[in-house]
Amino acid sequence: MEKALVINPDKCTGCLQCELACSYENEGVFNPSKSRIKVFTFHQEGRFVPYTCTQCSDAWCQQACPVDAITLNLLTGAKEVNENTCVGCKVCTISCPFGTINYNQNTGKVIKCDLCGGDPKCVSACPTQAITYIDANQTGMEKMRQWATETDNSPSNSAANV
Amino acid sequence: MSWAGKLLRVNLTNGEITSEMLNEQWKNDYLGARGLASKYLSEEIDPACDPLSPENKMIMATGPLTGTMAATGGRYVVVTKGPLTNCIACSNSGGFIGAEMKNAGWDMVIFEGKSPTPVYLYIENDQVELIAADDIWGTSVWHTDEWLHNKHQDPLLRIAAVGRTAENGCFYAGIVNDLHRAAGRSGVGTVMASKNLKAVAIRGTLGVGNLADPEGFMKAVNEGKAALAENPVTGQGLPAYGTQVLMNVINEIGALPTNNMKDVQFDGAHAISGEAMHEPRKSDGRPNLTTNAACFGCTIACGRISTIDQGHFSVENKSQYWGNSGGLEYEAAWALGADNGVDDLDALTYVNFVCNEEGFDPITFGATVAAAMEMYEDGDLTIEQTGGIAFNFGSAEALTKGAEWVAAGEGFGKDLALGSKRLCEKYGRPELSMTVKGQEFPAYDPRGIQGIGLNYATSNRGACHVRGYTVASEVLGIPEKTDPLTAEGKPGLVKAFQDATGAVDSAGLCLFTTFAWSLDNIAPQIEAACGGGWTAERLAETGERIWNLERDFNLKAGITSADDTLPERLRKEAAKTGPAKGIVSKVEEMMPEYYELRGWDSDGVPTDETRSRLGLKD
Repeated sequence: MEKALVINPDKCTGCLQCELACSYENEGVFNPSKSRIKVFTFHQEGRFVPYTCTQCSDAWCQQACPVDAITLNLLTGAKEVNENTCVGCKVCTISCPFGTINYNQNTGKVIKCDLCGGDPKCVSACPTQAITYIDANQTGMEKMRQWATETDNSPSNSAANV
Repeated sequence: MSWAGKLLRVNLTNGEITSEMLNEQWKNDYLGARGLASKYLSEEIDPACDPLSPENKMIMATGPLTGTMAATGGRYVVVTKGPLTNCIACSNSGGFIGAEMKNAGWDMVIFEGKSPTPVYLYIENDQVELIAADDIWGTSVWHTDEWLHNKHQDPLLRIAAVGRTAENGCFYAGIVNDLHRAAGRSGVGTVMASKNLKAVAIRGTLGVGNLADPEGFMKAVNEGKAALAENPVTGQGLPAYGTQVLMNVINEIGALPTNNMKDVQFDGAHAISGEAMHEPRKSDGRPNLTTNAACFGCTIACGRISTIDQGHFSVENKSQYWGNSGGLEYEAAWALGADNGVDDLDALTYVNFVCNEEGFDPITFGATVAAAMEMYEDGDLTIEQTGGIAFNFGSAEALTKGAEWVAAGEGFGKDLALGSKRLCEKYGRPELSMTVKGQEFPAYDPRGIQGIGLNYATSNRGACHVRGYTVASEVLGIPEKTDPLTAEGKPGLVKAFQDATGAVDSAGLCLFTTFAWSLDNIAPQIEAACGGGWTAERLAETGERIWNLERDFNLKAGITSADDTLPERLRKEAAKTGPAKGIVSKVEEMMPEYYELRGWDSDGVPTDETRSRLGLKD
């Protein structure tokens, strides 16, 4: 079963544990500036929003890459950057509508979320379950469930009693 | 290991900036942050110096766990000689700038001398420069933050700055980072401004690593996070209510100092409590609290993000206060509220915003207003002297105007900026200042909680709850319940809390983890990060070494055992209501045993044997 990252910003506290886990997994050090997932703080509104790659089916970054360095991982559905092939031209960073693929000055290559090969470290690091990794076909389930709770089908209000 | 291994030395007098290796011996003896910076300060300045002179130094320091994934590993400290107390000052702050400093490759920054003109320090990894700050001198912390972000075109810059109060010489100005986190106490911001240093702006992209045992570290970190999640205080109480979870609890046990500590219970406690912050306002149906918020790496997230009712008198036509910002935590809500008899949650939140905006300590400010109110009601201050506003207990107008005057450095605000000790001396009522060593108490009455009184009296930075938070044991039963009303056994309890706290503060962790963690939970994280044999016992001994180092600094600064006491009110006037009714603080009774347990002589001086045991020189 293919899974997807699902983010609920209402649960985020802005602690950056996801960024720490991501950078540690990918870079070997705790370094939010090299994290593939970023938490944005909207101070005036009191909101925190984690944001990362959605792994588009028809991915702009993949289409734009002139050297075919971005490939599909058939097991996870992730679009992964092959560091040996990437030439650091940054065309993918321009083509991505969401800005979730970025250049890394240290390596001269681009970096993006690869779902950690199917075990995303941001998910296990998040203390509030703001980031979850669930069935890619059912990402709307929690939102549907919430709306479902608002449906009043108790016997007194059901059509049969009207 | 885990330390960056380097410090920055910034000579503000001649503009020279140099890099030094961290002293190996000292980091093994003092760990980091509070301990290590205190060691550097003790070695480098004369403890008898004028704290606002160029001879004083100011150190911003991280701990070995700062910037790592250890839960709450984002703390940094500011260590200097404090102008409020003339003692060693160590103010601790969360937010994000500590981790950023570490990510830029620095364990600490030592500021010395005084710049001839206003400057700020810009750090981008190993590129460090002092830049003219004339355009932001005389402006608020919030304005400075926005100006620096715009100037450098970098939304990811982390900034710590002083506001107008520090520049005006207010004795209790703090250093505010990330808009609403603060190294708030003892006037560390006043020292920063005295050096003509307006701000420190940091961008670090190097990463924090170099762990002694990476696998062991992640295991210890995950176990620590699980323990915090499972604990009712750190897993539920603090995220839901912040430290404000305490307001009703402390009021019920009769230890909520009220009206400048005349009383120990406040009728308006519920109205200014953490619970009240969740209740919808009548005007717009929104609660005061918008959400909770975390500092760097913190899985507790006790921070409050709040709004003020836009119709409240304090913010009419002031749209800069209509958005969300850092809300009330317990000490601020107590100092601004109960201690002044003010039960107006919006007024308290407004003053809290102003404290963050202009960089001053709400605890000392609130307690100073309380002393002014008592002097006003006693006739020692006239309405002409208090700016034409009646300073009666309960007046939200006096509180909010007082904050605005302190922020602007004008009128009666100049008096309030002195802190309560100097203010009460000025108007001939020194006994009304609720301070130890010049610093105001926080929100726990020593008559209703005996151990905390002994901690206040002996705290090396003047009265302070976070030097030995015995409230955990005496009220919350952590790690085990003790009777708050008895003095028996408290000297040992106070010493144990003080020593453990020294270690936590030096690791780069937040003290609030200790509701769930003992040193047994912390030691494996430090050992896996640093290596070299860090056990719980060694951490406790490190804390004890730090405590004695700070004590030595203060003795050389002129503090004596006569300063290890509480104001007469708490020793002579019994609590009038609640469980502590009829009881006074037994601090004098506890002191000899405390000195003995500390290995100090009857004058409160560490004995040769104690010094030798802890490896402290004379």
